[in-house]
Amino acid sequence: MSDEKKFAGYICTGCGIGERLDSSQLEMIATREGKMQSCKQHEMLCSSEGVQLIRDDISNEGATHIMIAACSRRAKVEAFNFTEVAMTRANLREGVIWVRPDEPEHQETTQEMADDYIRMACAELRSMKMPKASGEQTLNKTILVVGGGITGMSAAIESAAAGYPVHIVEKQGALGGQAADYSKAIPTRSPYKEPRDTGVAEMIASIEANDLITVHLNSTVARTAGAPGRFSVDIATESGTVNTETFGAIIQATGFKLYDPSNLPQYGYSKSPDIVTNAELEKLVKDANGGPIKRPSDGKEVKAVAFVQNVGQSSTEEGQLPYHSGIGDLIAIKQAMYFKDQNSDCDTTILFNNLRTPGAAGEDFYRAGQEKMITFSKGNVSEVVPGDSLEVKFQDLILDEETSMQADLVVLDVGMIPNSGPDPYAVPMVIDEEDEAAEDTPPPPSVSVDSILNLDYRQGTDLPHLKNGFTDSHFICFPYETRRTGIYAAGPLRRPMDMRQAQDDAAGAAMKAIQAAENAGKGMAAHPRAGDLSFPSFRMDGCTQCKRCTVECPFGAINEDEKGYPMFNESRCRRCGTCMGACPVRVISFENYSVETVNQQIKNVDVPEEFDEKPRILVLACENDAYPALDQAGMNGVEINPWARVIPVRCLGSVSLSWITDSLNSGYDGIVLMGCAKGDDYQCHFVRGSAMAHERMGKVGDTLSSLNLEPERVVVYEVAITDIERAPKLINDMAETVEKIGLSPFKF
Amino acid sequence: MSDLNTAMTERYRNSFLMEVEANVEEGEWVKMCMQCGVCAGSCPLGNAWEHTPQKLFMMIRAGKREAVLSSDAMWMCTSCYNCIARCPRGLPITHIMHGLAHYAKRLGLVPKNQPTQQFSQIFWDNLMKKGRVNELKLGLSMYFKDGFGQGIKNAMANKQLGQNMMKAKRMNAMEFFGGHGIKDTSGLQKMIKKAQEIEDAKYQGNS
Repeated sequence: MSDEKKFAGYICTGCGIGERLDSSQLEMIATREGKMQSCKQHEMLCSSEGVQLIRDDISNEGATHIMIAACSRRAKVEAFNFTEVAMTRANLREGVIWVRPDEPEHQETTQEMADDYIRMACAELRSMKMPKASGEQTLNKTILVVGGGITGMSAAIESAAAGYPVHIVEKQGALGGQAADYSKAIPTRSPYKEPRDTGVAEMIASIEANDLITVHLNSTVARTAGAPGRFSVDIATESGTVNTETFGAIIQATGFKLYDPSNLPQYGYSKSPDIVTNAELEKLVKDANGGPIKRPSDGKEVKAVAFVQNVGQSSTEEGQLPYHSGIGDLIAIKQAMYFKDQNSDCDTTILFNNLRTPGAAGEDFYRAGQEKMITFSKGNVSEVVPGDSLEVKFQDLILDEETSMQADLVVLDVGMIPNSGPDPYAVPMVIDEEDEAAEDTPPPPSVSVDSILNLDYRQGTDLPHLKNGFTDSHFICFPYETRRTGIYAAGPLRRPMDMRQAQDDAAGAAMKAIQAAENAGKGMAAHPRAGDLSFPSFRMDGCTQCKRCTVECPFGAINEDEKGYPMFNESRCRRCGTCMGACPVRVISFENYSVETVNQQIKNVDVPEEFDEKPRILVLACENDAYPALDQAGMNGVEINPWARVIPVRCLGSVSLSWITDSLNSGYDGIVLMGCAKGDDYQCHFVRGSAMAHERMGKVGDTLSSLNLEPERVVVYEVAITDIERAPKLINDMAETVEKIGLSPFKF
Repeated sequence: MSDLNTAMTERYRNSFLMEVEANVEEGEWVKMCMQCGVCAGSCPLGNAWEHTPQKLFMMIRAGKREAVLSSDAMWMCTSCYNCIARCPRGLPITHIMHGLAHYAKRLGLVPKNQPTQQFSQIFWDNLMKKGRVNELKLGLSMYFKDGFGQGIKNAMANKQLGQNMMKAKRMNAMEFFGGHGIKDTSGLQKMIKKAQEIEDAKYQGNS
């Protein structure tokens, strides 16, 4: 294909577009103002006949850039799938006729809206290039699994079953992780009445028999460099040898640690060997080998056991876990059954406050426990008094009294702490000055967590956390994704979970790792813009080494070279454009999405003169949630103000401040930015994009005051995909605001 | 303390729950209670009781034998079956309550002045005499259960009602003298005696 560009426009007159709008005027605008070399109308462009019309032009007439004015870019994507050309879509259906009333008095403004969308689509098209892969990509099918517990082993088995070679790096001398010490597991099959076999031995055997799986025991990851498709990992053994291997993708399955109850003196954990954690009990049961379970202090057969639930969990107190592990009560039921089955006539009491038995097994397993005469008492344990017979003091919450019970053995339900390595974005602890004044207070203990992945990334050595040490991911849409592309988290380092959930998690992460490795081989984005070939390019001669792009990239895609210039890693990139929004000198752009493509759209909107009293409102809507919400508003017939001109953006994080200043300068009266929810419960598909945008737009007030404009003219909102009524209302609100404060003085 | 009570205390020293399982009608359900409290909230007489079913079941598990068996709670049950209809675990709560009442009565632990249990005893004694309930005597027994003076007061208070019933031939004063019964009273008494022997043997076996 030659470099010559050939522009072709297509206007669909179906779905009522032809009846509501003057299509010959639209065609004229596309050719005269939009400079389309050809423009055709069709009564149903998405039909096979219409699609063929476009295909013929591409193959016979050599059209390289096509503009389709029909429905939303989110509709008919299968029909309008022309991978060999650059394409823009003018949204005349959802964006214009469906959000405007079909009445003669609105005809003029509706037509103006459509005219502008044609101008915008043509302008965008003219500044676009056809995206193609960079040619840097490499296909490496080998998957690295860090951690050889239940999750890691499952991930390895699943990946190998799909035909991908796997390496497992395990710190310990054997596979199996924590589950290797367990006697039995929570049942996963109906009738959910008895604990099941853990299956660890079978998993180890199947891994050892699998030629595709290589196991590195007593090993850790000393260094991880590169990007998806070309990770270079140093695997260090305990003896000091280092082995460098290359991988396509990585699964981190480093599991969890248990909370140490010795911090809580009331439970007497460190005062008696007969007060044990739930994990330690599993070892006692394993030692009993099917016979009666004996207590550690004197080897006496246990005749009465008390399970103290929720130890140091869901607490607001310092040094305890603010969350609940969720499965502790199921574990207690399982463990109480050990005593019912192995010890004759043993009293088993579970002291709970809120009994949680989640999952398919939950309620049935609870019932099975009751049938086996496990006593469930709702009570808050205040103290465990050590002694030959342990005294458990508790407040009975049903009978409302302080009481106590005697037990030979007390089992503490302690929570799971993710083993996820240090958070690269952890805020260093700030000691405020008042504390420093008190000289006798010792400094807070510094907790050093060893890195697990030792990433050679500019943005830190490990996966970023969300909170409480759990790795960050888009919880709703992409649970296995982390903020490091090609590295997937699975198992309890994402959230507390049981073995069954961890196995499901591992399978999911394995599938994602395979997808990442394959896509890296093709130079495509893995997610959420799966299949996207475009990637940001950096015009290095304009770069001022300000490092904003390297710092603000939510995914650690950009390193720095010795001189401080950004070093881009294409396959780590998710194509959100947050770097583009960050760059103050506008040197970062995608082939089909750049500062210029949006600027051209802004500039080509026809801004009427002041006395026309037709304001213009620029809406920059995130294409993931806000834009679909507006589309759905159209489908539901919710009205949108005719002054609005909506431009979809990849992420609000990609919004360049220059778009704001340029549009204000060219006479727009108001600007509405719509991104996803930010914060701890964020919904941003690119994790930090929306938050970054809010931060940057916080400073836009200065720009406005320097232009002598009212600050109300620019607003940033968090919009969810379900805000079908609200999203249009926000635009209409802006129209009212403009009416109140008057039109912009910057019209020409 | 009755002999049976002493025997039961010996036998189930540690676990009242197991005693209830073995001896109380539907008692094996008590362990399945999940303490949600729907029964307690559903009971139309709930706030008139000493203990709600939920609390009673928890007390059984906590081994509060004396408190459970001498509670007035199970005697207050009107068998409206709201709790059974609503229990998410499907416990036959009403039946358990009656089972507990029956067991407490057998062990002689029922509070002496509890009116419903007094009525039950009067009803039973009345029935056993002739094989039919003598309504006149039943009423009079109830009136005079708290002494002669109180009995006269009760009778006077209901004088009008009694006269109306006689006019309408709903009550016959002659029933006071003997009254009518079934054909074979002694046969019935023998049957009941035999049934009681069988049941006693069951408890003895359990004890």
